[in-house]
Amino acid sequence: MKAKQNEKNTSRWRQLRRSLRAASERVMNLLFFLCGILAIGCVALISVYMVISGLPAIREIGLTDFLFGQVWASTAKEPQFGILPFILTSVWGTVGATVIGVPIGLMTAVFLSKIASRRLADKIRPAIDLLAGIPSVVYGLIGVSVLVPAIAAFFDLPKGTSLFAAILVLSVMILPSIISVSETALTAVPPEYEEASLALGATRIETIFKVSIPAAKSGIAAGVVLGIGRAVGEAMAVMMVAGNVANMPTLFGSVTFLTTAISKEMSYSSGLQRQALFSIALILFLFIMLINILLNVLLKKNTKGGR
Amino acid sequence: MKKLISLVLALTCAAALLVGCGSDSSSAAGGSSAAGGSSAAAGSLSGTVGTNGSTSMESVIGGLSEAFMSENSGVTVSYDPTGSGTGIQAVLDGTTDIGLSSRALKDEEKSEGLVETTVALDGIAIIVNKDNPVENLSLEQIAGLATGEITNWSEVGGSDAEVVMEGREAGSGTRDGFESIVGVEDACKYANESTSTGAVIANVSSNANAIGYASLSAVENDDTVKIVTVDGVAPSEETVLDGSYQIQRPFVFVTKEGVTLSEAAQAFFDFATSADANEIIRGAGAVPVAE
Repeated sequence: MKAKQNEKNTSRWRQLRRSLRAASERVMNLLFFLCGILAIGCVALISVYMVISGLPAIREIGLTDFLFGQVWASTAKEPQFGILPFILTSVWGTVGATVIGVPIGLMTAVFLSKIASRRLADKIRPAIDLLAGIPSVVYGLIGVSVLVPAIAAFFDLPKGTSLFAAILVLSVMILPSIISVSETALTAVPPEYEEASLALGATRIETIFKVSIPAAKSGIAAGVVLGIGRAVGEAMAVMMVAGNVANMPTLFGSVTFLTTAISKEMSYSSGLQRQALFSIALILFLFIMLINILLNVLLKKNTKGGR
Repeated sequence: MKKLISLVLALTCAAALLVGCGSDSSSAAGGSSAAGGSSAAAGSLSGTVGTNGSTSMESVIGGLSEAFMSENSGVTVSYDPTGSGTGIQAVLDGTTDIGLSSRALKDEEKSEGLVETTVALDGIAIIVNKDNPVENLSLEQIAGLATGEITNWSEVGGSDAEVVMEGREAGSGTRDGFESIVGVEDACKYANESTSTGAVIANVSSNANAIGYASLSAVENDDTVKIVTVDGVAPSEETVLDGSYQIQRPFVFVTKEGVTLSEAAQAFFDFATSADANEIIRGAGAVPVAE
């Protein structure tokens, strides 16, 4: 009788434990699901918010006037909201940073992956990772206290804050992403390719430029696009060295980027001016989206046709 | 089974504890509010006063709130340095008690039911680099320098060097104040636009050919730059108050018509606009207006 009772108890207990485990499994599943939804929800929320708050001003100003207007005078008596100077500055700034940053970044990646000894590469790599971790305000601070006066002195200008200063700062800032992604791509090139090239009598340098880099090109392109994304989205460092006047871009002129146009006026803005800032953010958002899509395409190509 | 029972028991206990805590805290709150009521009768206040707006008013509000809070220990005065535009908007939205604006309200803002109360005047100082030989500028010369009509310092008695005009970003109260007083609205050709007074001062102090503007309170005791006289008048409390120094603007408390301030907020408002606050406002570098 007692034994039976015990047996009954144990089986009940087992059942309970099983259902408890199933329940906890389900709860955890739900938790993971919710976390996933949270991330997607944030992206969706931001997208919807950007569109909703960015469109009214564009509608009021007119898309052509907004995108192609050459004068930004947001607080004037007859305000003008043309963001062409900002768009062109962002484009030129990014192009300039890419032109300077990509060759340096690519060479560094080649050095790390193909030429440097493992011990040396292991010492350089953390330094590059650190470069990626330096806050942008620190780049800006060094830019404004060292680079800007140096530019003024070197080119004999009345002041050093300029598009050129911003380009130099940005080109250093995009180096880490270019280097680390390109290096990964270069290291992933099958050694047989290079060995075959060397066996055919090509020199090491010829092998690198004619075999390794072409084989890793989509990965390198992904790194470049990632760097471009960072350059387009950078605000703090650029704000400190670019001068922030809404001029059409000239190399040594004071300029405003899309990002700095928003951050510089946000705190004091009101009415249509504030709405227009949201519209700039929407344009910037579209730029970044475009770059991300490009990046995804390149990465997909990389995994498919890389080998 | 036993474990289940103990689990249920534990949960019940926990729940009871929570409920207990809840009732405890609510009774405590009741007690403290009663205490607050009695102490209010004894002359002290409690609560928070929210102020939001002009970054130029930071030192004035900082001084006022510090003095007010030391007299009324139950009150916390908060200050969000968001800018005049945001501060005015916050009053309209009802998200702050007192808005802070370093410019007079526009007519369209007044028509929305906003009320301005001037607490102080602020002179805007014209600053140049310490190495610049120029000591005095007329209002017209300043306007010419700002608009780019005068591009070389030799035209106003300085050395032969290109003028670098330093300014603030669009929407800044100081910029609006400077441009509207000097009469160069929307016509300034800036070499740099900075987002803070400190950055303007830093830029002027590091560039021998720079000229800029900043709150008098921010540069009065600053040895890194030189303050020029305007039409022969040096900015000071007397010259701002009697109006002989021309480049000046009001510091304004913004409230909304029909909205009653909380007891604490009203007390702070009264304190800030009373003559008792004059020394504090003076200490913060602005010019008090209360008599």
